[in-house]
Amino acid sequence: MEQFSLVAPEIILLTGGLIIFLIDVAVRGHTDSGRGYTTIALFTLGGAFVAALFQTFSFFELEIGQEPRQALHLLEFDLFSAFLKAPILLVMVLIAMAGGHYMNRRTERRGEFWSFYVFVTLAMSVALSANNLLLLYVAIEFLSITSYLLAGFLRDNQRSAEAGLKYFLYGAVASAAMLYGLSFVYGATGTLNLHEISAIVKAGETDALALGLMPATMFVMVGLGFKATLAPFFQWAPDTYEGAPTPVTVYLSTASKAIGLAVTARVFVVALNELLVDWVPILAGLCILTMTMGNLMALRQKDVKRMLAYSSVAHAGYLLMGIAALAAGTESYMDGINGLLVYLFAYMFTNTGAFLVVMVLEEREGRTDLGAFEGLYRRAPVLALMLTVFLLSLAGIPATAGFWGKFFVFGAAVQRQYFWLAGIGVINAGIAAYYYINVMRTMYFGEKPAEDRPIQMPIGAGAVLVVCTLIVFWVGLYPSPLIEWATTASEQLLAFGF
Amino acid sequence: MATMSQVALFVTIFFPLVAAIWVLLLCQTERAIKRWSIRMSLVPLILSAVLMVQYDRSLGGMQFEVMAPWIPVLNSSFRLGADGLSLPLIFLTTLLSTLSIVYSAFTIKTRVREYFVMFHLLELSMLGVFGALDYVLFYLFWEVSLVPMYLLIGIWGGQNRSYASIKFFIYTLVGSVAMLLAIILTYLATGTFDMTAAAVAQPFMQLDPQTQLLLGSLAFWGFFLGFAFKVPSFPFHTWLPDAHTEAPTAGSVILAGVLLKLGAYGFLRIILPTYPHASQFWAPVVIGLGVIAIVYGAFVCVAQGDLKRLIAYSSVSHMGYVMLGIGAASFVLTPEGLEKAVSKLGGNLSADAIYDSATMALNGATLQMFNHGIITGALFLLVGVIYERAHTRELSKFGGLSAKTPYFYGIMLVTAFASLGLPGLAGFWAEFFTFRGAFSIVPVWAAFGTIGIVMTAVYILWRIIQNVFLGEYEEGKLEHWTTVNGEPAEGPTDMVGFEKLVLWPLVIGMFVIGVYPTWLLSFFNGSAVELIEFIVGST
Repeated sequence: MEQFSLVAPEIILLTGGLIIFLIDVAVRGHTDSGRGYTTIALFTLGGAFVAALFQTFSFFELEIGQEPRQALHLLEFDLFSAFLKAPILLVMVLIAMAGGHYMNRRTERRGEFWSFYVFVTLAMSVALSANNLLLLYVAIEFLSITSYLLAGFLRDNQRSAEAGLKYFLYGAVASAAMLYGLSFVYGATGTLNLHEISAIVKAGETDALALGLMPATMFVMVGLGFKATLAPFFQWAPDTYEGAPTPVTVYLSTASKAIGLAVTARVFVVALNELLVDWVPILAGLCILTMTMGNLMALRQKDVKRMLAYSSVAHAGYLLMGIAALAAGTESYMDGINGLLVYLFAYMFTNTGAFLVVMVLEEREGRTDLGAFEGLYRRAPVLALMLTVFLLSLAGIPATAGFWGKFFVFGAAVQRQYFWLAGIGVINAGIAAYYYINVMRTMYFGEKPAEDRPIQMPIGAGAVLVVCTLIVFWVGLYPSPLIEWATTASEQLLAFGF
Repeated sequence: MATMSQVALFVTIFFPLVAAIWVLLLCQTERAIKRWSIRMSLVPLILSAVLMVQYDRSLGGMQFEVMAPWIPVLNSSFRLGADGLSLPLIFLTTLLSTLSIVYSAFTIKTRVREYFVMFHLLELSMLGVFGALDYVLFYLFWEVSLVPMYLLIGIWGGQNRSYASIKFFIYTLVGSVAMLLAIILTYLATGTFDMTAAAVAQPFMQLDPQTQLLLGSLAFWGFFLGFAFKVPSFPFHTWLPDAHTEAPTAGSVILAGVLLKLGAYGFLRIILPTYPHASQFWAPVVIGLGVIAIVYGAFVCVAQGDLKRLIAYSSVSHMGYVMLGIGAASFVLTPEGLEKAVSKLGGNLSADAIYDSATMALNGATLQMFNHGIITGALFLLVGVIYERAHTRELSKFGGLSAKTPYFYGIMLVTAFASLGLPGLAGFWAEFFTFRGAFSIVPVWAAFGTIGIVMTAVYILWRIIQNVFLGEYEEGKLEHWTTVNGEPAEGPTDMVGFEKLVLWPLVIGMFVIGVYPTWLLSFFNGSAVELIEFIVGST
């Protein structure tokens, strides 16, 4: 029974997804507005969110170092997974609320869309808790395949089809590499359980094992890096993000990326902590490469959606800094992993907000280049102000959530005395500010376009944007609770590895 | 009484936020927005004056403190307070804000509501920086001040405003993120975000000398970058001419009058007390950059053809004095520094004499911060006066205005002389103290710096006074004269009521400080002595 309650969110999601799927099959040939599907999906996601939230509170009782609760020996539930699961589910709810209309308007196959959408959430939820390499692979593969379908969902739209195909081609290669790597790990250690791997690595002749595990981990990183859009595996991201239907882009760039990084963190902390010393240079290198390339390419974009896509690549770089600089057992609240968590939390809601503003504008103008933002403040002041908040948060200005993310990941780097890493982060923050500010400049300094109809904000998107704005300010101005949760979560996770 | 004065600082700092919300939501007409903005800006002004009077100088130290837990897990609290260093600067901020708002009420005609909301938010963030005693709070206000200033320049600025505003934002942002790293480093070393507690804890001092110097220097350079971009110190100054030139008049006044002081304030509040050894070690760099700024800024001024740009560069030069004073003082504040100084100067000076010089250098620097605020604020307002009429700032287009606009000429004359340091006006004392202090510590650099004083006289007298005001007035040299309200006019018209209203308080200030600097100096001197005693006691 206890196991049942642990997997309650997953069960809710599975049931909801299947119900939509079955209804869709039953009423095939008869299309309606899609509102019904949206409602079921929303209830399913909302129910899962509430269940996850309840779980989260129960995980606070776990003592540091106590075994996490397990289900089926494949899933494990601790504050680390719970800290991300509830926000990810919330983000999926918000995206569905804001983007439901957008999708229903553009496709006939609404039932299919919503059931995939619920399944993709299920895949993320499972991936967060998996402590078994095989389940991990299955969850990530499940996540990928549903994502390919969703990215290319608007078949008649060439860009969307291209987005799906590109995502698939890159993804298939990355998955294969990852599976290959996982088989190496299994061969070297004889087990798929993360904790057992850790024990074997610790006990065994580390040198010989490392010889086998090093290339294996590298292959695994290809798969995870692909999900998290780390350099050099991010080339699919801008095209896919730009071409995919915007609601899909939003979750690809937030929730799905969070999964990639969370799983990376779990694998490194729980299973491969012994080898972390060897990995720091590689992780730090990837981090520098990712943020620098993401930022430099974002600099040249004329299309805001594409610019945000590159910027989200850069953010993956900052996030990786938290893993590269992780340090267990410090007293300073900057162990790297809590930086990753705070950053992910802040980033998910900020980026969701930013992309949704773009979506609202896309609905109105039919385009997402900088020109669509010209004089936006004159036409839709509230929308422009909200986008300003999100952009400032992405840039890491204090009083917004993004600041605390940067604060903790840079802090972790300084703590480990990786001053060069922090220094490169600083330069990148400067570059990034340029293109965020550039959008602000267009919104505020631009002249009012000649034809001047005020922009109607759809109710769903409007409410979601308000929620995102409030979260950004809440974390920005009173981060205390979030920091405490993230720190407890990271301590629970780190207690195993070190 | 104690409770009243405790609340007073808090209210002074946060009242502009109330004003911003009030103007944003409750004022319907343009007239109401302007009227309420002026009225509400008087509240912090009056309160800050009250705070100055109420401050107990015999007691010294931080007063009017407010403290509440904010982020307990990080040991960061909401802590405000003011001492002899920050109080005059808080007063300067509220004074210049009020005057700028009055001036803007008569000159800003587009997007009025946004303008005044931004202005109040700007005032809030500047006051917050001066009042914050917690690193996180300090950083929050510091960064937030960028956004309204960016928009002020970008929306209401001149021709090239877009470029100037983005340059301003990026330059200062890079500096401040570097500062963030230094703040984190300090936090990791001391375990607190409290500024005074961090200084008392003496970060890294328990480590071996080499590591201590390395980490201390890293923190120093992080802070240095943050503050040097703002001051701006010599190689980091390139954003300033653009931003000042393109900003609307009131924006330039605040930019030059207050925002630049934030950087210098940071040196005194954070770097010197927290990292005295690193400051001592790197003081030659600070001094060198300061002197280069003095001389280079003055020479560049002479070459300018645009009046506003000239005054912008004069800020670079004048803020160089501040850097020179701070650098000279930090050079001798640690035992090693003192020893070096005593031996270098051939034993002519005792330790006490050197400390006296350091105190004077600090007093000069702080006085210069205040004086530069009112003098350059007035200069930018005066440029605004002429620009509103001539719609150009080309120096070559002007000439012989003294006969046409005697009132304007008179005010400009006083301000310009104050700027070049004529005894009897405010600027003199700051230069006097800075150089008096610096000469006995770093004589060669100080001597080199005097070239800047000479060149200041050149650009003030030749480029401004002679070019613009003296000589014959030529009809038709400039065709489009208007009155200040934009109506066509035959030729230059003299200053009108609101311009006089805005400028007189500053001119009176120049006279008062010029003749009787003691009162103001007693604040700065008190905090300088405290700072020196603190550093000497802790090293």
